[in-house]
Amino acid sequence: MRINGRGRVDRGRALSFTFDGRRYSGFAGDTLASALVANDVKLLGRSFKYHRPRGLLTAGSEEPNALVTLGAGAASEPNARATMVELRDGLQVRSQNRWPSLDWDLLALNDLAAPFLGAGFYYKTFMWPRAFWEKLYEPAIRRAAGLGALSGKSNPDRYEKAFAFCDLLVIGGGPTGMMAAHRAAEAGLDVILCDEGTVLGGRLLSEDETVDGQPGADWAAAMQRDLAAHPKVRVMTRTTVTGAYDQGTFGALERIVPDAEGAPLECFWRIVAKRSILAAGALERPVAFAGNDRPGILLAGAMRAYLHRWGVVPGRRVAVFGNTDDAHRTARDLAAAGVHVAAVIDSRTDAKVQGDFPVYTGAQVCRGAGGRDGVEAIRIRTPRGEESIAVDALAVSGGWNPSLHLACHMNGRPDWREDIAAFVPRDGMVPGMTAAGACAGAFSTHGCLSAGAAAAALVARDLGRTPSDAALPEAEDAPYRIKALWAVPGRGRAWLDFQNDVTVKDVVQAAQENFRSVEHMKRYTTQGMAPDQGKSSNVAALAVLADATGRGIPETGTTTFRPPFVPVSIAAMGAGAQGMGFAPRRRTTSDAAARARGAPMIEAGLWYRASYFPQAGEATWRQSCDREVGMVRNHVGICDVSTLGKIDLQGPDAADFLDLVYTNRMSTLKPGRVRYGLMLREDGHVMDDGTCARLGEGHFVITTTTAAAGAVMKHLEFVHQCLVPHLDLAMISVTESWAQFAVAGPKSRDLLNGLLETPVDDASFPFMACGPVRLGGVAARLFRISFSGEHAYEIAVPARYGASLFDLLVARAEAMGGGAYGMEALNVLRLEKGHITHAEIHGRTTAFDIGMDRMVSAAKECIGKTMAARPGLVGPEREQLVGLAPQDGRSALLPGAFLFAPDDKAERAAAQGYVTSAGYSPTLGAPLALGFLRDGRARQGEVVKMVDHLRGAEVLCTVTDSVRVDPEGGRLRG
Amino acid sequence: MRLPCPICGERDLREFSYLGDAVRLHRPAPDAGTDAWDAYLHLRDNPAGRTRDLWQHEAGCGAWIVVTRDTVSHAVEGAQLAAEMRDAD
Ligand SMILES: [Zn+2]
Repeated sequence: MRINGRGRVDRGRALSFTFDGRRYSGFAGDTLASALVANDVKLLGRSFKYHRPRGLLTAGSEEPNALVTLGAGAASEPNARATMVELRDGLQVRSQNRWPSLDWDLLALNDLAAPFLGAGFYYKTFMWPRAFWEKLYEPAIRRAAGLGALSGKSNPDRYEKAFAFCDLLVIGGGPTGMMAAHRAAEAGLDVILCDEGTVLGGRLLSEDETVDGQPGADWAAAMQRDLAAHPKVRVMTRTTVTGAYDQGTFGALERIVPDAEGAPLECFWRIVAKRSILAAGALERPVAFAGNDRPGILLAGAMRAYLHRWGVVPGRRVAVFGNTDDAHRTARDLAAAGVHVAAVIDSRTDAKVQGDFPVYTGAQVCRGAGGRDGVEAIRIRTPRGEESIAVDALAVSGGWNPSLHLACHMNGRPDWREDIAAFVPRDGMVPGMTAAGACAGAFSTHGCLSAGAAAAALVARDLGRTPSDAALPEAEDAPYRIKALWAVPGRGRAWLDFQNDVTVKDVVQAAQENFRSVEHMKRYTTQGMAPDQGKSSNVAALAVLADATGRGIPETGTTTFRPPFVPVSIAAMGAGAQGMGFAPRRRTTSDAAARARGAPMIEAGLWYRASYFPQAGEATWRQSCDREVGMVRNHVGICDVSTLGKIDLQGPDAADFLDLVYTNRMSTLKPGRVRYGLMLREDGHVMDDGTCARLGEGHFVITTTTAAAGAVMKHLEFVHQCLVPHLDLAMISVTESWAQFAVAGPKSRDLLNGLLETPVDDASFPFMACGPVRLGGVAARLFRISFSGEHAYEIAVPARYGASLFDLLVARAEAMGGGAYGMEALNVLRLEKGHITHAEIHGRTTAFDIGMDRMVSAAKECIGKTMAARPGLVGPEREQLVGLAPQDGRSALLPGAFLFAPDDKAERAAAQGYVTSAGYSPTLGAPLALGFLRDGRARQGEVVKMVDHLRGAEVLCTVTDSVRVDPEGGRLRG
Repeated sequence: MRLPCPICGERDLREFSYLGDAVRLHRPAPDAGTDAWDAYLHLRDNPAGRTRDLWQHEAGCGAWIVVTRDTVSHAVEGAQLAAEMRDAD
């Protein structure tokens, strides 16, 4: 029901929305919850386990009941809290966890089975047999019990993430937070003020109190304007701080203003603050009594919020039940708004209540009666006996719990304060954090304003600033006077945790079954384990547990509060990482040219490389690959090898450094020459291989494999800085600075000499030479090195010339009967030559295994040398690199297959090795492979059996040398 | 978590990569024997409390640093350049 003249919604702007297909209207400024209250919709959802009809309990982010699904299709958003959804025109809302409809939910049968579904029922009922759990019980339970469902489609909504830094983060923009932020900014601190509401003010927006002689909400609005205009303050509304982490880091979830054109839905912030002030306020707690979950039974403070902020009341005959002076505000304000107050029930015998309504002191509500349309009557127990009162709404307050959750995120335990019957944060629970105001147990407006100012002064002094000592605005300082009341005894189910359907009886039963620790009780009953994390139920549940176990509340203790304070979607936390955003893409300078030629691109780490370049008439990749291999062997081929890591090392000690990281000596290399090099990890296994070119006396450029480029760079920096910092050198990765192309094949020199300003020949540029060259007016680097086994070069130019050089090289090659080749051909060429890649140096092989133990210099120390000599890392028991050829000359060999003696059974224990790389050699006209075979080098000519159980292959192979084409290397040097 | 890079200042954890205990600074001599090498490569304490470990400011200046921190409270005491610690040894 909407009350005329109340609330701060814009009655000039009506908005239309649907709930379960029915059309309703609200006003700009409404939440979905307030708009539904205005339309007298009480039944908003069905409970998690028993499918009980439920309505609103709160007006804030702690709402346990009113979870709904927004929108439709792929963009639908489940489990939105109606209290936090800003109403917008055309909003589509569906209720959840009901079938076939909210009013007529067949699964409400669960409620009749309630005696069997109590605490621990998962553990007791579905223990045996084990297989039934996965196949039968769990799917059935999941169907019946649950919250909203995801659409199952890819989410088209946008999310964002961002970082922010400040001197002081103020968490909560109520009177405490606003005052703290203002005072701190005045003292010169950079302040971020976060509040999860749409406007600042906190409880001031929900009460009928004055500050500085004006209505609290007006004072808050003026303060918000001041803060927004303050150069030292950043006000972040709609932003919930979700977690406190190490070194002053906080997570925060910002909901972007709905309808902002093209804006993301949410932004996840990481805020780093030197200090923080927790001004998160307090959350009201219900009292447990039979039937206290009926729709129409709300928290007393929520009832005031609906009245004062939105001008709505969820009933026409309202009773108020509480145990503090604060609860009486609800009766006072409802009566002032012209709502019929049917009764005020105060459990305190000495309560002083004034008003034009019936008052029952020393009394309790012991039952809420009614049906799915909500509460119809309450039964009260007074010193004079029991009686019933007809109502259509009940406001309940069991007192207030300080919102200390964030203060506990780093594992601190709060203190119990008997005078307010609540936990409060202890100093130092989160380094640099000060709790102030209601979240520290100060519940009056005056108390909050003064605590906010004091906290700001503390922080300002701590950071070397002078705090302001201006006078505080005038505000109410009414007493609270609580007498704890957790649960009203009696028959019937009294609900503690609305979201997970946990009753007082469940907690008592847990204690009787000896789950006496609060952590055990929580897991046994599931209390506090729903998305609301028990915000409305934790303290009451442990009070009931304390009573059932005969202990006090402080000894019983609390469960652990963990981030996030409110549910955060994975999409927000992982913003930017959806789809192709998951990993960055690295493209070579020839990328566009390769795609234009129709080359399928394959991923190599983060890089994309051309796999082959199809030509007209080629139906399979093999045809293209075979042609490209032949092109390189007979003419000339061009391949982009820029993805190989390139590290530039300079300095007088660079040579000594390279001697330490490579197994072989690099200090003896002459300027203008290149040497193949092998690196070991310190544990003696091969780390990487590549080339080392000496461009000048103290200037080297080394290459790494594409896969290990990052790891090698890191390793070299580790060795230099951590092991030999006295060596004078510097290094930098230049992988992306240079575009580098292989020009390979018998015609490679002819091709290059057509481009180079000064031609090269065998005398000036023999195999393994390197040096500066010029082509087309550009300074380039030429290396006479070969991965293909052919007479070949690699030419490097600054990356900005890469695209045009690639086009030029390919055009020249095509004119000579060659052309571009891709990764497939590159792989076959190297297999024919027995060159290793990370398929072979996969982290478990040694220099001995790959036949390169002679490359480990005996005359000098190197990383990994000592451990490579360990027992077990050398000898005939090792699996050694070999070549393999199918005996029949045609059967394909398969990487990953295992090798066995021909007569052995093909099972793991008999395995003697495995295949690492395989392909088809057009040069040999037969398949070939590399693999590791026990004592393999001594077994050339033997026959072994290759077996692949997964792909169903068994092929007899001859063991060969790993080098199959041109073992003498004549082609390289020719 | 934030780590203080001696060169760049305090930075987010994500800019750093972790290696392990700072014992890796003290590489044994080639002939130090199996036990010394085994300890260097494989044996690590798992302290509840103060620890010194090697991190690299990989997405920053590239410096290897030794961070002193507390595994229980997560407090970070400070950080030094690994290269300077070696020189001081
Ligand atoms: Zn740095």
